Amino acid sequence: MIRIENLSKSFTLHNQGGAVIPVMGGASLTVSRGECVGLTGQSGAGKSTLMRMVYGNYLIAGGRLIVGDLDVATAEPRQIIALRRQTLGYVSQFLRVVPRVPTLDVVAEPLLALGTPTAEARDRAAALLKRLNIPERLWPLSPTTFSGGEQQRVNIARGFAHAYPALLLDEPTASLDATNREVVLTLIEEAKARGAAILGIFHDEAARARVCDRQVDVTGFTPKAAA
Amino acid sequence: MSLHSTEFSQKVHAPDQPLLQVEGLTKRYGPRIGCADVSFDLYPGEVLGIVGESGSGKSTLLSCLAGHQRPDLGRIAYDGRDMLAMSETDRRRLSRTDWAYVHQNPRDGLRMGVSAGGNVGERLMAVGARHYGQIRGKAVDWLGRVEIAADRVDDRPSAFSGGMQQRLQIARNLVTSPRLVFMDEPTGGLDVSVQARLLDLLRGLVRDLGLSVIIVTHDLAVVRLLAHRLMVMKSGRVVEQGLTDQVLDDPQHAYTQLLVSSVLQV
Repeated sequence: MIRIENLSKSFTLHNQGGAVIPVMGGASLTVSRGECVGLTGQSGAGKSTLMRMVYGNYLIAGGRLIVGDLDVATAEPRQIIALRRQTLGYVSQFLRVVPRVPTLDVVAEPLLALGTPTAEARDRAAALLKRLNIPERLWPLSPTTFSGGEQQRVNIARGFAHAYPALLLDEPTASLDATNREVVLTLIEEAKARGAAILGIFHDEAARARVCDRQVDVTGFTPKAAA
Repeated sequence: MSLHSTEFSQKVHAPDQPLLQVEGLTKRYGPRIGCADVSFDLYPGEVLGIVGESGSGKSTLLSCLAGHQRPDLGRIAYDGRDMLAMSETDRRRLSRTDWAYVHQNPRDGLRMGVSAGGNVGERLMAVGARHYGQIRGKAVDWLGRVEIAADRVDDRPSAFSGGMQQRLQIARNLVTSPRLVFMDEPTGGLDVSVQARLLDLLRGLVRDLGLSVIIVTHDLAVVRLLAHRLMVMKSGRVVEQGLTDQVLDDPQHAYTQLLVSSVLQV
């Protein structure tokens, strides 16, 4: 479902003397349907960079990156927009939403964007919020004022609202208590069971051991510092 | 005038065909460049943001696209029709039925001597609405959507604050369900809370009605939340364009890098 071949990336800092910083080279991995692959490596090794490239958030310098049947490395913005809407979900560590929009609608939005009838989308959103133990009295409120853990759970509900065939998870269990951590791990297991291909970053080692079928250390993709 | 209402009701959505195609658009003011060699396609349901410093050609580009100015070179096709070869009458009809233009200064987009309800209602009448009760009902509904209370419907815009005038202008423009909306710094003078409400309203219209929007703004936070794609202009030229979050998070051009790194964090 996700196939990465010889991927490379560098940043050129035009306003800092034109410094070119290579951050990744020779990255290759695959994620099949129903499989969860965990990215490991020290902070700064390039785990998030790789995830952002898969999502089309960072431009790709070289190599191939296939999600479904689209090569993200050469795709038009319009194709990436469609990919994100239908195929590729992303639970980031940060919730970025239009202020004042009720939590229920924030979670229902990915479904509404696909043309799901409003009532059905809200029902699905409500079921997920309930599972993730967000009190019902908070649903009509904007999540911008919620605690870190609550925002994290709203973000997860949003990421699981549509049954994406491929999912990117960036620290989905960080800042969660034991009960909610268990809910999230079960959601991941359910997504795998329905055939979703998942690429994730988990600092929580026990969580990683439980849901990941394989682990890939991105240190091998980090270019060696120039002498 | 039945032609108008027929055209209005037969708006077709064909997401695989671009709604607007622009090629090599160039406008000079004597020896100075307004905008040069701008090309892009805009599809139904897409929001294109245009950012850049003052004088970079954003507003010139927008006014050429909307037919307020004639470009010196280039091609603009709307729904497959060549806009630069179109008669003035046809163009004006399009600008009433299919297009809307939200001006930076609400006074440029409102009739200051007509009541708020009248400002919204006259757009409906221009596309064939005649039933007074329905027109008034729809006007009040749209004023509500932009958070103008029903008891202000008979007041003139001159009695409104700047922010209220801007919200009224937006209601006046969106009431006829246009297919393409041009916006020139629409959220500049608004309170942040109203701005948020408008962003939500616009996103809903884009999603549910397939509205296409071209929005010129200074506000990178607004484009991040609203625009699918982003175009960065400098000295009349497009220096970078792409997916909005990609351009903001991984800018390639020196000017975009400067623009993004200069934003103050809140």
